[in-house]
Amino acid sequence: MASINLKINNKAYTVDADPKMPLLWAIRDLVGLTGTKYGCGIAQCGACTVHLSGAPVRSCSLPVSAAANKDITTIEGLSADNSHPVQQAWIKEQVPQCGYCQSGQIMAATALLKKNASPSDKDIDAAMQGHICRCGTYPRIRKAIKTASLIMSQKASTK
Amino acid sequence: MMTTQQNISRRNFIKLSGMTGAALTLGFYLPANGKEAAVVKLETAENLGIELNSWISIDTSGKVSIINHRSEMGQGSWQSVPQIIAEELEVDLNKVNIVFAQGNNAKYGSQITGGSSTVRGTYKKLLNLSASAREMLIEAAAKKWNVSKAECYAEDGHVIHKSSGKKFHYGELVQEASKLEPPKSVRLKLPEDYKTIRKALPRQDTPLKTNGKAIFGLDKKLPGMLYAVVERNPRFWGKVKSFDDKAAKAVPGVKHVLAVKMKVFSQDREGVAVVADSFWSAMQGRKALKIEWDDSGFEHHSTEQLYARMLDEVKTKKSNVFRTKGNFDSSFEKATKKVEAIYETPYQSHSCMEPLNCIAHVKDNTCEIWGPIQAPDWVRGDVARLMGLKWEDVTVNMTFLGGGFGRKAFIDYPHEAAVISKAVNAPVQVVWTREDDMTQGPFRPGMVYQCKGAVSDEGNILAFETRMAGQNMDQQGPGADKDSYNGSATEGFLETYFNTLPHYRFADIPLETPIPVMWWRSVYSSTNGFAFESFMDELAIQAGKDPLDFRRSHFQDIMWNPDKVRYHDLANKLEEVSGWKSRGKNTGYGVAITECFSSIVGQVVKVSKKPDGKLNIDKVWAVMDCGWYVNPDIIRAQVEGSIIMALGAATTHATHFNDGKAVEQNFNTYKMPRITDAPEIEVHIMDNDEKAGGVGEPGLPPFTPALTNAIFDLTGKRIRKLPFVLEEV
Repeated sequence: MASINLKINNKAYTVDADPKMPLLWAIRDLVGLTGTKYGCGIAQCGACTVHLSGAPVRSCSLPVSAAANKDITTIEGLSADNSHPVQQAWIKEQVPQCGYCQSGQIMAATALLKKNASPSDKDIDAAMQGHICRCGTYPRIRKAIKTASLIMSQKASTK
Repeated sequence: MMTTQQNISRRNFIKLSGMTGAALTLGFYLPANGKEAAVVKLETAENLGIELNSWISIDTSGKVSIINHRSEMGQGSWQSVPQIIAEELEVDLNKVNIVFAQGNNAKYGSQITGGSSTVRGTYKKLLNLSASAREMLIEAAAKKWNVSKAECYAEDGHVIHKSSGKKFHYGELVQEASKLEPPKSVRLKLPEDYKTIRKALPRQDTPLKTNGKAIFGLDKKLPGMLYAVVERNPRFWGKVKSFDDKAAKAVPGVKHVLAVKMKVFSQDREGVAVVADSFWSAMQGRKALKIEWDDSGFEHHSTEQLYARMLDEVKTKKSNVFRTKGNFDSSFEKATKKVEAIYETPYQSHSCMEPLNCIAHVKDNTCEIWGPIQAPDWVRGDVARLMGLKWEDVTVNMTFLGGGFGRKAFIDYPHEAAVISKAVNAPVQVVWTREDDMTQGPFRPGMVYQCKGAVSDEGNILAFETRMAGQNMDQQGPGADKDSYNGSATEGFLETYFNTLPHYRFADIPLETPIPVMWWRSVYSSTNGFAFESFMDELAIQAGKDPLDFRRSHFQDIMWNPDKVRYHDLANKLEEVSGWKSRGKNTGYGVAITECFSSIVGQVVKVSKKPDGKLNIDKVWAVMDCGWYVNPDIIRAQVEGSIIMALGAATTHATHFNDGKAVEQNFNTYKMPRITDAPEIEVHIMDNDEKAGGVGEPGLPPFTPALTNAIFDLTGKRIRKLPFVLEEV
């Protein structure tokens, strides 16, 4: 066991954990932020995706010690009031069904749009194909990413 | 047409008093045993500070709460049930509070969220219930103003006096209203007057699912809760012979190690549970376990053996006939244009994105359960029975479900949580890993179909037979009657065909094997549909007819049965939207139409070859006729999702067995469709006056045969065995 400092959504936490414990379980069970989901434990489904220093990572397969003192963003950190353009787009396109994978999908889409403000279908494929949705919301995810891109560009032009 | 006698008597109209605020609550439960007082006490103030007896509660501040008695696993009951109620109650859906019911079939009727039954099973009752509540609120207002009811109307949570414009909000009326007799009958709105129903209103659960706030089973935590993981015998029904828990108990955080049994149908699944203060510690303890299994008496089956048996038995073994007409044997014998084909479909895992999990807290002869549960009423009854508790002392709470598809209608994992909680005397969350979830079953049963048919020179079907070999979900465990037929042997077949085909026979040959099997989205239709609609296509080819026209010519004549016009309407719509008549030469088009849970769905799939020679699914057109419906956008979403789930089961994944164990354990080998696999999908909904049909499942069965029929159209290659690899076609 070790004392590990985590910076999640701009808030500092100290957890007492096995350094090998995956970041996912530290976030969920030790910090208590349950928006990040467990889906497979082997980085196949993407449900556990969070941002580590701005880049999307599979928190189920990353030891908590590797995330110490780095900036971590979870779905809760995107916005609590659904004001982030990707959240708005997800609502506008009515993407979620069961919703379980959507935290991971949204975090991946957010990371994509940060790098690439108007992604092509191919860009979306590349960024999103690591994410499984058993409800089959893929057509709406694709649409929502384009809608988010539009919302972001409108916001940028009104600034 | 939509006016019905409503049947809420004074006796069923439950009023509450002595609480903060009054609640106007209407229910259609019939307290047969006079135990309503006890029931009321049990669930007091669980969610709202007001006892909920039914679907609607209104407090004195005007806050309206609507109960969703069914589970929400993505299919939209959290939206559909309130959307129905809001229509006749005259409230704005955005202003109501939606609450999950607890398991209580004495109050809500069946709560099993299966068979796509939520809307079709309750909509008439819900409409009547809501209209009754509205009428009583209007009556209360009329009395207060000393005017006639006819001078008042309800709108947006208020009753308004027409001529003066005076208004009361519902909260100001609820106490008076709760003292009134419910009306003997209410007039329901005509569909053309709907303000809420049939509108694509955004789902009320969406915002909870885009910011991490929705609480799924795995997200629920209780004070002092421990986490359990269970190493279960990987061979079905194998037992625990002995185990060494020394190393497991040495893992920091591990509190208990114990052998557990849980009921799977009538049999026991055995394993060793490790209970710890975190999931991670429990997992480390589980890895350190040393278990000796007893697999004696267990049949070490493999997929190869199972299918060899089914392929043999489908041709040779005596069948159980479910439905028959005329004389299939002699008509087939005499015919000249015949077709015979064998179709195979694989075992499948449900693989909900949220692996199974459940919390139980057994304490002082009571048990409270929280979890992603598809059948809270079943869980309540079964946990009471299995744990030796009184029904009244078991409480079952539903969370959101991260997928269900039939798997979470099953009581094994709540039972397991209760067993462990009782043993360790603490609230316990049992967590299944993805590997546990994928390998323990129950699975969708694998099936082999033998179809035989004959057509006349004019292109009419003379004879049609399906023999289905595979496990019967109703015949599991010792003592099952293996001679009784499978009543689902025709699921998926269009009802109209039973009237027009002169000779048919549907029968099954139940496969005896210890693999636990269970409903999987659209149940038998998910595999029957492939056999029926592939074979229809083969018969059409044999008859030399256009596949859509061939099906049409077997719909009942509208002249003779105007009720059956819906089949023709659907086929016409499908033909129109897909451009069926003008389909091009270098593309393949396939059609399939199935009927499942009282809805008819037709799909056309268009395929072509990519420049590299590999197959591409260009587009899917779907037409859904589910009769009376609530929310068109939810229907579109369900059909889209059903198509993609079918695509996975047809082309990317299957569960195999070897040495008595499931082979595929996680998404690295049980490969799901990805965003890159999702075709373009266009969904249309029929508008008609038919009764409500299912929505969550009926969109699944026609996709696969429409796809393989399209592949045949393009390539001449007939695919009769699933799954197949699209890239290898």
